[in-house]
Amino acid sequence: MAGKTLFDKIWDAHVVKSVEDGPSVVYIDRHFVHEVTSPQAFAGVRARGIKVFRPNQTFATPDHNIPTLEQHLPIREELSRHQVQTLAKNCEEFGVTQFGLGHPYNGIVHVVGPELGITQPGMTIVCGDSHTSTHGAFGAIAFGIGTSEVEMVLSTQCIMQPKPKKMRINVEGQLGKGVTSKDIALYIIAQLTTGGGTGYFVEFAGSAIRSLSMEARMTLCNMSIELGARGGMIAADEVTIEYVKGREYAPKGADWDKAVAYWRTLHSDADAVFDKEYTYKAEDIEPMITYGTNPGMGAGITANIPTLDSIEPASHITFNKSMDYMGFAPGDQLIGKKVDYVFVGSCTNGRIEDLRMFAEAVKGKKKAANVVAWIVPGSRQVEKQAKEEGIEKILNEAGFEFRQPGCSACLAMNDDKVPAGMVAVSTSNRNFEGRQGPGSRTMLASPLTAAAAAITGVITDPRTII
Amino acid sequence: MPIEKFTTLESTFVPLPIENVDTDQIIPARFLKATTKEGFGNNLFCDWRYEKDGSPKKDFVLNNPIYSGSVLVAGKNFGSGSSREHAAWAIAGYGFKVVVSSFFADIFRGNALNNGVLPVVVSEGFLASLFDCVNKDPKAKVKVDLEAKTITNMTTGVVESFEINSYKRNCLLNGYDDIDFLLSIKGDIEAFEKNRQN
Repeated sequence: MAGKTLFDKIWDAHVVKSVEDGPSVVYIDRHFVHEVTSPQAFAGVRARGIKVFRPNQTFATPDHNIPTLEQHLPIREELSRHQVQTLAKNCEEFGVTQFGLGHPYNGIVHVVGPELGITQPGMTIVCGDSHTSTHGAFGAIAFGIGTSEVEMVLSTQCIMQPKPKKMRINVEGQLGKGVTSKDIALYIIAQLTTGGGTGYFVEFAGSAIRSLSMEARMTLCNMSIELGARGGMIAADEVTIEYVKGREYAPKGADWDKAVAYWRTLHSDADAVFDKEYTYKAEDIEPMITYGTNPGMGAGITANIPTLDSIEPASHITFNKSMDYMGFAPGDQLIGKKVDYVFVGSCTNGRIEDLRMFAEAVKGKKKAANVVAWIVPGSRQVEKQAKEEGIEKILNEAGFEFRQPGCSACLAMNDDKVPAGMVAVSTSNRNFEGRQGPGSRTMLASPLTAAAAAITGVITDPRTII
Repeated sequence: MPIEKFTTLESTFVPLPIENVDTDQIIPARFLKATTKEGFGNNLFCDWRYEKDGSPKKDFVLNNPIYSGSVLVAGKNFGSGSSREHAAWAIAGYGFKVVVSSFFADIFRGNALNNGVLPVVVSEGFLASLFDCVNKDPKAKVKVDLEAKTITNMTTGVVESFEINSYKRNCLLNGYDDIDFLLSIKGDIEAFEKNRQN
């Protein structure tokens, strides 16, 4: 019998029951909740007259709707305020731990879970948010679910899912100067398209992946949903164990030793078989940027936008629609395009290493006058650390405003909206039409590429400024 | 909570030959502030459907009275992006019972099924032919038979089978939902938890 993949090992350990010619009933270890996708689920639990089955396994934090300025004041916008208050009420009624607005642990759910050690290797982790894939960086099975499934987890701590197929993506070699894990993510998605991973769960492997820090791994796994995959994961190693150790919710004492011994068994066996496997060379990856309206429409920053003859005829309508929206023409050069906004933050690139990277690149320089920049930490803890490390000071001296944590302009549910027609270089994860505000035009990139754009006011190769 | 039963449906259809339609287009994030499931249909495809002042955009298919029906036929990779179930609520709320494409994003597909909306995956050729037929005759129809797991292009008579597992098919045919099922096996879940601790 062939060996097992990392995914198989964790999945099989969580199947409560298999339904004949149907999905598996999968037990969930950790459930994260935010204000947008949970109210209808809590209402469903209430309507059935039942309790939350395992309230200690669910953790909540408002993040999508919250302002990134003056968080000590009541949220001005009524619907947002109501949604955030509804989360607080639901958590109180059902006995769920909530890190509410103003709590020292508040922040983006996918930043908070890992930094508190709630996220651990070998777990099944879900949240009503597609970027739950982030937690896969710890060697966990983590994926986004819909609100009906949030209700299932609240009611029974289980969901019903067909077992996905398995894909491995290897990246071998050494990344070049100025190339980050965000660039690896955008490179892979550009190669395989936004549907390339659909139906699959991805394991990232190879020497370039092993060399990444824990936070860089989170950035990569975060964007596996942009590949269409249910999730992405990286086997736990010393980097993972070292990161989890000592965090508030991490196991302690004898429990820690037992957990670590188990985590070390969680890797794909040498003879494990994947349904699909791809291998890329780290040396082939340039700093990447997107030019279109889905994350697969990306290229190396020195490249030009593809011309129509390189696009399948059946996709011409879609491609032209995207170019019209962006105000770009096929064949255009990317470098030199004017930038109006820069957004650094989100569950993709809102962690301390991302802020350090950005700050180091802009240190002693000045923000371009034509650029409006929002630098948004991923959590209260990241915000605090950035202040302690002097990052806020560097940012302020270079003309940047450091805001309070939240999802912010990634999806613009709060006031942080990019105006119609404006081009934003964003470290977030989606460049869909209107994603950062109606009519906004998004170019996705790493914090380094964002820094280069912020100080020059145009799309600039970050290797020229570091 | 029972979902609406689905058996067969014969209907004209609305063509949306755009690929990679993401959930931000189906329902933009600014409409996700509600705490109930109602009313999302009015904002389905909002930014493609309405001008800034709220007047309908004439060139968008939902505003073109020659197209009608409870079936949406869309380009490949429909529903990519966010996990927001609001996208499925918007589609159901508008009145669509079936979405046909050559490819669906995983989470959207699950969300649709959990709301009694049937995602039907067809071949690229079948999809292209549907677009072709509706271009020539906006009153072209499809027939979807869930029991037989088939979809028929009523203009050409071509029939294609589609995949759905027996469990989910049974749920839709009878209007069952997953939560009822999970609550019915709570004993198994508790036994699983106990076994893990040993």
